[in-house]
Amino acid sequence: MNLLAYFRSIKDKFLHRSEFDQDITQELRSHMQHRAEDLERSGLNRAEAQRRARLEFGAEERFREECQEAVGGNFLDTLVQDIRVSLRVLRKSPGFACVAILTLALAIGANAIVFSVINSFLLHPLNLPQAENLYQIERGKDRVSGQSYPDYLDLRDRNHSFDGLAAYNIAVAGLDNGKEPLRAWIEETSGNYFDVLRVRPYVGRFFQPSDERGANSAPCMVLTYSFWHTHFRGDRSVIGQVVQVNKRPFTIIGVTPPEFHGTLMFFHPDFFVPLVNREQIEGTGHLDVRGEHWIFAVVGRLKPGITLAQAIADLNGIGSSLEKAYPKSDGQMFFALGHPSFYGDYLGPVIQAFLGGLMLLSGLILLAACANLGSLFAARAADRSREVALRLALGSSRSRILRQVFTEAVLISLTGGAVGLWFSVILLRGLSTWQPFAKWPVYVPVNPETNVYIVALVLALASGFLFGAVPVRQILHTNPYEVVKLGAGSRLGQRITTRDMLLVVQIAICAVLVTSSMVAVRGLVRALHGNFGFDPQNSVVIDTDLSMAGYTTDKVPEMQKRMIDALQVIPGVQSVGLADSVPLGEGANTKIIFKDETTDTRPANAAAHAAIFRISPDYFRADGTSLLSGRAFTWHDDESAPRVGVINAEFARRIFGSVSGAIGRYFKTPDPNHVESIVRVQVVGVVESGKYNSVTEDPTAAMFLPMLQSPFSSTWLVVRCNRDALQIGPVIRSTLHNVDSSIPIYIQTRYKEMDGVLLGARMATIALGVLGIIGAMLSITGIFGMAAYSVSKRLRELGIRIALGARRSEVLQSALGRAFKLLALGSAAGLVLGILASQVLAYIVYSASPRDPLVLTGAVLAMSLLGLIATWIPAQRALSVDPLILFRDE
Amino acid sequence: MGDQAQILPGTLDLLILKAVSLGPLHGYGVLLRIAQISGQALLIEQGALYPALFRLVRQGVLKATWGTSENNRRAKYYELTPVGRKRLREQTDGWNRLATAMGAALAAQAEEV
Repeated sequence: MNLLAYFRSIKDKFLHRSEFDQDITQELRSHMQHRAEDLERSGLNRAEAQRRARLEFGAEERFREECQEAVGGNFLDTLVQDIRVSLRVLRKSPGFACVAILTLALAIGANAIVFSVINSFLLHPLNLPQAENLYQIERGKDRVSGQSYPDYLDLRDRNHSFDGLAAYNIAVAGLDNGKEPLRAWIEETSGNYFDVLRVRPYVGRFFQPSDERGANSAPCMVLTYSFWHTHFRGDRSVIGQVVQVNKRPFTIIGVTPPEFHGTLMFFHPDFFVPLVNREQIEGTGHLDVRGEHWIFAVVGRLKPGITLAQAIADLNGIGSSLEKAYPKSDGQMFFALGHPSFYGDYLGPVIQAFLGGLMLLSGLILLAACANLGSLFAARAADRSREVALRLALGSSRSRILRQVFTEAVLISLTGGAVGLWFSVILLRGLSTWQPFAKWPVYVPVNPETNVYIVALVLALASGFLFGAVPVRQILHTNPYEVVKLGAGSRLGQRITTRDMLLVVQIAICAVLVTSSMVAVRGLVRALHGNFGFDPQNSVVIDTDLSMAGYTTDKVPEMQKRMIDALQVIPGVQSVGLADSVPLGEGANTKIIFKDETTDTRPANAAAHAAIFRISPDYFRADGTSLLSGRAFTWHDDESAPRVGVINAEFARRIFGSVSGAIGRYFKTPDPNHVESIVRVQVVGVVESGKYNSVTEDPTAAMFLPMLQSPFSSTWLVVRCNRDALQIGPVIRSTLHNVDSSIPIYIQTRYKEMDGVLLGARMATIALGVLGIIGAMLSITGIFGMAAYSVSKRLRELGIRIALGARRSEVLQSALGRAFKLLALGSAAGLVLGILASQVLAYIVYSASPRDPLVLTGAVLAMSLLGLIATWIPAQRALSVDPLILFRDE
Repeated sequence: MGDQAQILPGTLDLLILKAVSLGPLHGYGVLLRIAQISGQALLIEQGALYPALFRLVRQGVLKATWGTSENNRRAKYYELTPVGRKRLREQTDGWNRLATAMGAALAAQAEEV
């Protein structure tokens, strides 16, 4: 068909309706007048000629309609009519329309949000050119991303599979802008970093491989766009300006484009400095130490045509030759490749599993909403059976009636979808600008994109057709004669209807959601009150790095001691401990340990891995870690004293067999400050085991070494006080400011410090909690709809019962017994399913156990309560039936 | 109009195309032209002409413009578009083949079989 002609032909019909109609009338009239004139010429008088012309022409009205149809666009025409009718019908029952739209808005909104998160996390993880070719190199059987600098150089220069390998490390640095010392998160990058990622400078230039001419050879920095805007007012003249980073001069040479935030999904650094200048930032360079795996990650771009397997084989070849050449420092030099944005496959699978589960649950919600609306629609169709019968009797086709029903359903679903999408867009925008932690530059970039809108539209349409299809059978089987004869609602079958099935399914789904959210919430509560091996109550953590104020390793211990002494005299402070990192903080360091009898100390012969903390004498008291046996450190455990250590119970059990048998024994570990040399450490004490990196981790070995025997600049102070931890913050700040005003410090409560490790569990709990609430709301509307409908259908019967003297309980039993039976059936099914589903949850939410009696009771109680709330109004209505009024009505 | 044949379904379009191909016509004119070229032998219900005309316009076969008739009345004139001319050629050929075949089939005698 000629499309242009078609559109031209229907254009007038829709845009200039009255002119179009007039046109047809005029043309037909013109025809009749021509004919009449012909007839007049043949001898008839005028009036007779006109009468004859009209007669010959036939039914003018019919032909006019046929003309309109011939023009086309009838589909649209009927649609407009159907929409008008639907709007009229919906306006008559605003309660139904509101409930339906709200239900769908919740369901589609939830789906839009989940899809949007999946879209930005999994579908477009990195906003970089050809991001799909970017991989992160992971080493050994634990797939760690850390590499040492010499290893990185060998991998970079000897591989044939990558278009460049870039390395970066995450660090914190003090930026001196003349005012309050500023603490910034930075990435130390290799010279080819921006080339490998194919990012172009927004202003100025980026690092070049040619800048790297040995340690501290390139004191320059590249700002991220947002840091440039917030701290340099977007001023282009900053290029070439020298700023003090950790009291060392660095020249600003460029700014990254606005969309670039490094290669990690959630972590946005403030600025970049060359890796070769690490010593100026962190106090130690370790550029030539092969055993020190301090590089955070190595990222490479696979050459076109090279498969993953080829690249891994290539890397493994280099790895095994390195292992042979440097047996003392290089172990487990076999590799895997992961996606860089989630820190390789460290976070990836967890997030994928979680999002998959979330998508499943939100899909279930949509299904429950459809079931809910389906049964409401079926109920309405039953109410309207008289109208339908009348229309059928008057000659309307069943397909025409179905079309109207579907129009109504889709109208509701589209409105609901639009409202839901609107909500979710607001929420997502908020989420994108939200920073879960004040301390870390962590973002959740989930701005909605076009495909989110498309998915929401498709879901809305699909669900409209889904629940619109429920009453189809009912309408197709309407027998006009029966209905008109007997009156609507006279059929009172007790058989199980589609509606009942839908309600059971819906309640089951909601019960699953309610159960799993309760499991998650309970898990989180337990996680927060679990035993961490320290006591977060009434405790404040101060976090800084003395290298930010320019202290070198030899000057550090003295300064640290001054800080401890200064804090100790604050009123209300009970004890002050100092460590290089704290358990459940930003991540503990891990070192290998050897048994004392091991003489060949190559990594392959390690007896275990242990988290390592270097601490001050009073640390255990300050952090509330109980000493099981032996002693803690004293200030006399310094570099001139023999090497001593305190281990945790897990360490003692694994290496020495028991806690009591560990005291006085020895183990070996690389010196924290010189990994190449192995030190022999005597165990002087054993403390309780705790959690070090995450609350869900398995029992982990840990060792504590005295701070004076291996000094460090990264400084964490734990302050235990006997009053509210929040109040003491300002006092601590001013005290430390008096010690040295150029040290940027960060103060927060010990609980807040744990936010990072609890983030996953917390997010999971929030997400599941919200889904659970939505599920509960859906089950209320579902049960309410069903109960209200069944009461309204049986008002007459109930009236007769009351008139005949039925008791209240009997009336209720007859009015709502069925609803309650269905509720019980659905809840039971949902509970069982929920318990099964919660097994999956246990992986994410710490100590989430579905077999928890509290959770089971809670879920049963919640479902009964929901049932009670939902049936309250219908029950009141059933009880207040006045038989007299009822009979007068009929 | 006594001895007239009811037109076969589907042939009205072809007749309209033929009529209009001889020069632009308004609706009544199409009717007269068909009567004229068929030797008054074909009967067309007058009103039924218009839905067919609208359909042909929609299909892009005809083009319609308002004008003034020989009687000094406003009338809508129809003429063929290039697509319409092509359609007319094709349908005329098709019709001729059908008519020949039908004629031959209906003229068959018992001894020829």
